[in-house]
Amino acid sequence: MAEVAGEVTGRLAELRRSPRQFAQIARMWVRAGLAYRTSFWTLTVANGLITVLDFVGLALMFHTVDRLGGFGLREIALLYGVSGFGIGVAHLFIGTVEDIGTHVRTGTLDTMLTRPVPLLVQVGADQFAFRQLGRVTQSLVVLGYGAGAVDWTPGRVLLAVVTAVAATGIFFSFFVGFSCLQFWTVDAGETSNAFTYGGNTMTQYPMTIFPREVLKSLTFVLPVAFVNWYPCLALLGRPDPFGMPSWFAYISPVVAVITLSLAGLAWRSGLRHYTSTGS
Amino acid sequence: MPDAVQDAGLYAAIARRSFHRYSTYRAATLAGIFTNCVFGVIFSFAYLALWDQRHHAGGYDANDAVTYVWIGQALLMTVALWGGGTTDDLAARIRSGDVAIDLYRPVGLIGWYLAGDLGRAGYHFLFRGLGPTVLGVILFHIALPATPVAAVGFLASLVLAVVTSFGVRFLVACSAFWLLDQTGVRTMSGVVALFCSGMVLPLVIFPEPLKSILLALPWASYLQTPADIWLGHRTGLDVVAGLGLQVFWVLVLLALCHLVLGAATRKVVVQGG
Repeated sequence: MAEVAGEVTGRLAELRRSPRQFAQIARMWVRAGLAYRTSFWTLTVANGLITVLDFVGLALMFHTVDRLGGFGLREIALLYGVSGFGIGVAHLFIGTVEDIGTHVRTGTLDTMLTRPVPLLVQVGADQFAFRQLGRVTQSLVVLGYGAGAVDWTPGRVLLAVVTAVAATGIFFSFFVGFSCLQFWTVDAGETSNAFTYGGNTMTQYPMTIFPREVLKSLTFVLPVAFVNWYPCLALLGRPDPFGMPSWFAYISPVVAVITLSLAGLAWRSGLRHYTSTGS
Repeated sequence: MPDAVQDAGLYAAIARRSFHRYSTYRAATLAGIFTNCVFGVIFSFAYLALWDQRHHAGGYDANDAVTYVWIGQALLMTVALWGGGTTDDLAARIRSGDVAIDLYRPVGLIGWYLAGDLGRAGYHFLFRGLGPTVLGVILFHIALPATPVAAVGFLASLVLAVVTSFGVRFLVACSAFWLLDQTGVRTMSGVVALFCSGMVLPLVIFPEPLKSILLALPWASYLQTPADIWLGHRTGLDVVAGLGLQVFWVLVLLALCHLVLGAATRKVVVQGG
């Protein structure tokens, strides 16, 4: 009994230390990034541009049509903004987990495992770059534009904030969970892109452009529809075109907790499976 | 003349080895095909929604639009649209100073890396290209080139696309002679290429004058020109005109590569050299 209690307090202490440790490693990487100033600034601008042009692509579609899947540009901007914010913040804190295969291959993972800082904190802060804020900022601008489509009430403001946090959690778990595949096949890292960036791209469009089966799998298998689709329907006061229960709008945080737990399990079993390459 | 034959043999050997080098990463190839296919499906539905509203946007019908999506996914890696390929090795060697060794090889630096990049493109075309195309045919019944002329024209246009993209990527890698670190310029160049090549949205449905400007720039070579030949939207003299513009940009870019490389080797002290 005492052992269990000891274990729990130990874990809690570890959790409390994590943010500070993350910040220390992140600060080091930011300073390192600033060593090549031209690269730092071009990367910052480029990162913002990636998402800007993404949205310009959507906007250009609206040069030809005025509704896509029954939705107007402002409504799509809302969907786009919530999803972009979620993946942007998640990427800022955990993005380089995508490169875990490289750490396995080159043996740097061994070095990390010997340090007294949780591996996930080290991987998250590895190569940390503020330039990723370009992506988040741009999403917030689009979100601001999309907010014009919502008839705001205090309840809806609360729902929007909760949804933004949940969206971040869901993308965070996707980044971690799917990158675990690389513990088994080190060079199959690109598979996770299909789920992370693919999920983000899907949620930039109203789900009405997809067939019903696609929506079902995005709800019950890869629950990316909870990132923005269900909550945004409630924010916009639109009935669900697929006839799904209306309370789906409010359970994104629950979905986030479930995906985060699953990602945690995947991470632990991946690490247990891990054997050094010896290089 | 025997010299030229010898050179051709050497470049072919470089290309062949480069092909084999990329064929080592089988799991990566499969993972990449999977990801390309997922994006192919997403964009297909998005385009179908758009063409459902406007049946002949940009002169394409819905099937043309969906075919365009899958051509794009198939060419993404072949043309190295985002960047990458052998020019990344060059940038790394500029940064480490190893480029000094490349410079006194009895083979031109540009030819060396271009031959390697063509080998890489060949591998990516056969595997990363074929995978999405087959799935596109199965899932969305995309159109294949209707005539032998379209097929041959497409292949010729694709080779020019790879060389055009190589020229741009080589210039980007050369920025490392001055900046030491190419990553910023490389990312920026990838972003520009993504938008200007028609990867985000076919250039034909862009509003004027943006459409005409982008169609005249080198990035149209990457996807829009080969796709239009495949789809049969360029036939007869239009094919020749399209290929001609691609050749023009290839010549301009390779000439620029020579100039920049000359300036770099004259003016820049090689790191650690």
